[in-house]
Amino acid sequence: MTTEKSKLKSILPGKDVTRRGFLKGAAATAGVAIGSGAITGFPTIWAQNIKNVTLRQFGTGVSNINAVADKVKEDLGFTLQMTALDSDAVAQRAVTQPNSFDIADIEYWICKKVFPAGTLQPMDVAKIKNYDKISPLFITGKLTPDSKIAQGTAPHKVGFVEGPDSTDFASAPTQWMTLIPTIYNADTLGIRPDLIGRPINSWAELLNPEFKGKASILNIPAIGIMDAAMVSEAMGEITYGDKGNMTQEEINKTIALMIEAKRAGQFRAFWKSFDESVNLMASGEVVIQSMWSPAIAAVRSKGIECKYQPLKEGYRAWGGGIGLAKHLSGLELEAAYEYINWYLSGWVGAYLNRQGYYSAAPATAQKFMSDDEWGYWMEGKEAQGDIMSPEGKVMEKAGAVRDGGSYEERMGHVACWNSVMDENKHMVRKWNEFIAA
Amino acid sequence: MSAPNSKRGSYFLITPMALVFAIFLVIPLLTIVVVSFWDYDEYRILPDFIFENYSYLLGSSVTWQIYLNTFKYAALTWAFTLGIGFTVAYFLAFHVRSLTWQIILFMVCTIPFWTSNIIRMISWIPFLGRNGLLNQALMGTGIIHEPLEFLLFSDFAVVLADVHLYTLFMVVPIFNSMMRIDRSLIEAARDNGASGWATLRHIIVPLSKPGIAIGSIFVITVVMGDFITVRLMSGGQSASVGLQISNEIGLLQYPAAAASAVVLLITVLLIVTALLRLVDIRKEL
Repeated sequence: MTTEKSKLKSILPGKDVTRRGFLKGAAATAGVAIGSGAITGFPTIWAQNIKNVTLRQFGTGVSNINAVADKVKEDLGFTLQMTALDSDAVAQRAVTQPNSFDIADIEYWICKKVFPAGTLQPMDVAKIKNYDKISPLFITGKLTPDSKIAQGTAPHKVGFVEGPDSTDFASAPTQWMTLIPTIYNADTLGIRPDLIGRPINSWAELLNPEFKGKASILNIPAIGIMDAAMVSEAMGEITYGDKGNMTQEEINKTIALMIEAKRAGQFRAFWKSFDESVNLMASGEVVIQSMWSPAIAAVRSKGIECKYQPLKEGYRAWGGGIGLAKHLSGLELEAAYEYINWYLSGWVGAYLNRQGYYSAAPATAQKFMSDDEWGYWMEGKEAQGDIMSPEGKVMEKAGAVRDGGSYEERMGHVACWNSVMDENKHMVRKWNEFIAA
Repeated sequence: MSAPNSKRGSYFLITPMALVFAIFLVIPLLTIVVVSFWDYDEYRILPDFIFENYSYLLGSSVTWQIYLNTFKYAALTWAFTLGIGFTVAYFLAFHVRSLTWQIILFMVCTIPFWTSNIIRMISWIPFLGRNGLLNQALMGTGIIHEPLEFLLFSDFAVVLADVHLYTLFMVVPIFNSMMRIDRSLIEAARDNGASGWATLRHIIVPLSKPGIAIGSIFVITVVMGDFITVRLMSGGQSASVGLQISNEIGLLQYPAAAASAVVLLITVLLIVTALLRLVDIRKEL
């Protein structure tokens, strides 16, 4: 351990200089390969046989991006196999088939249930080069020293365990991290400003009779209940101890309120898939609804006005991360660490930022983004030129400003993180009553 | 050939079919029944023998509401598909005289089935929507001044899509039954002074019963188990038994889903048995 660390130190500074030099040019690829090779401290010994390593990663669709696998092959030389599943299936597989994967890309609220099952191993932060660059949201839970810690399964609450073999979550950061954050965002309501024609600033507007028959909520119980709770609280109907872990009574009250609204004809439809939410909004069937940020972009790309409306009560946030399977060891484990270090080194971060999500270590991603891109996505500045998606499609024209503003502005106003409640079974049953009502 | 030999021969001949049924029907069904007694938590199913899945299912008012809703869809769809299906089959069988035209028109009926049924269903959405073609046309002609909201994401939309999707299931067996009716019977009726209505009531309908029964079984079983039409056309606002099962599977509550499936299977089998009591399909075929 100690020899490895000293080796790390002795190699790093020199290599790092060449790496920065490379990154400025078009040869960024080669730079990362050399740079990350240096990180583990075994650049020459494993340079050859690491190519034979295949890491199997599975997770939800959002971060299982083929471009990442291709780039891993190019930069690191080994193969990353991606499998995309829905979040329930991800959780199930992580618990019940521990040998079917090497890297699990799971959400933090799933981690709360999955990590205690003992199928993942924590990561040694000493081996993670950009650990200090990871957003403090995932370390202390506070984006800025004076921000308030949000309700729900905030990532830092399940981000660390007590020791290398422990499955008990630590109350403060330790050397052993459960997941390295990959992708996260703050969700809010989407609106059609052209059809509403007045400012919207509260979650309570979702049940405003003004939008009778023109509102929608997402029909995924674990997330829908949170949005419903944000609405109920904003209306002043219910006060929650923790919206991320409601009591049976709080659940019953919330659902009763939603059933009442449904019977009064408030909702036009409920949506379950991304496409449904886009169609409801684009066709004008719905003017206000729970929405995900890429869906907003999809509506706008049809030339229809659509806004990801910041609301005074704050955002509902979600986040995912990658964790290592318990069975990883030796060469494969080192390859996995190398992958994680590469993941945090900026290329992926820039890719995700350009999709409108946020990356774990924003500072490293900045180096891979133009000033204009950084200004638009992260600083809430007006775009100087066209803003392109990672696939090269124009997402926003010059002059556009991101809804909700800067990274600090958005992620600093999280009211609640996605979570799984102790009363989950009860919640799902009540939710089904709401749908059948 | 001696008797024992022919017996062995028969067993040999039915073996492939029996195996197919055993592997693809009997074993999966038994598995579902077994799993319906298991326990589960968020991510796992736990082998056990509990009645909780059934007691919750049968004791919950949601279940009764959902069954009522599903029966409503099934009954409405059945009534409309029967009415339309019988009329179409009657027209094809008795009004179209040439076999060529019968075949051509019959083919026309099947053309929509060359596309996926989800596509056929989704295509209703832009047509019936608030800003859809129908509302625009009605408002353009001044018949209405406000868009009709009940057209989409409503029970109306669900039944409409079901009728559209499944009418052919009625047309085919009824048409088949009608084509087997001996034309001399109709001639005899006419010769004896029966009106068209009397002929229909006393000859055509009774002799079409097997077709009607088969068509009804098709339509009712499909609608009882349907979840995608209900989900898309009601905008996720209504529930059916199939949708409930699909939700439970999505939430990895396999034992609960299995229990729901067993109850649904029993319900549908009861309906089919009742139908077969009314009409002896085997005798009439």
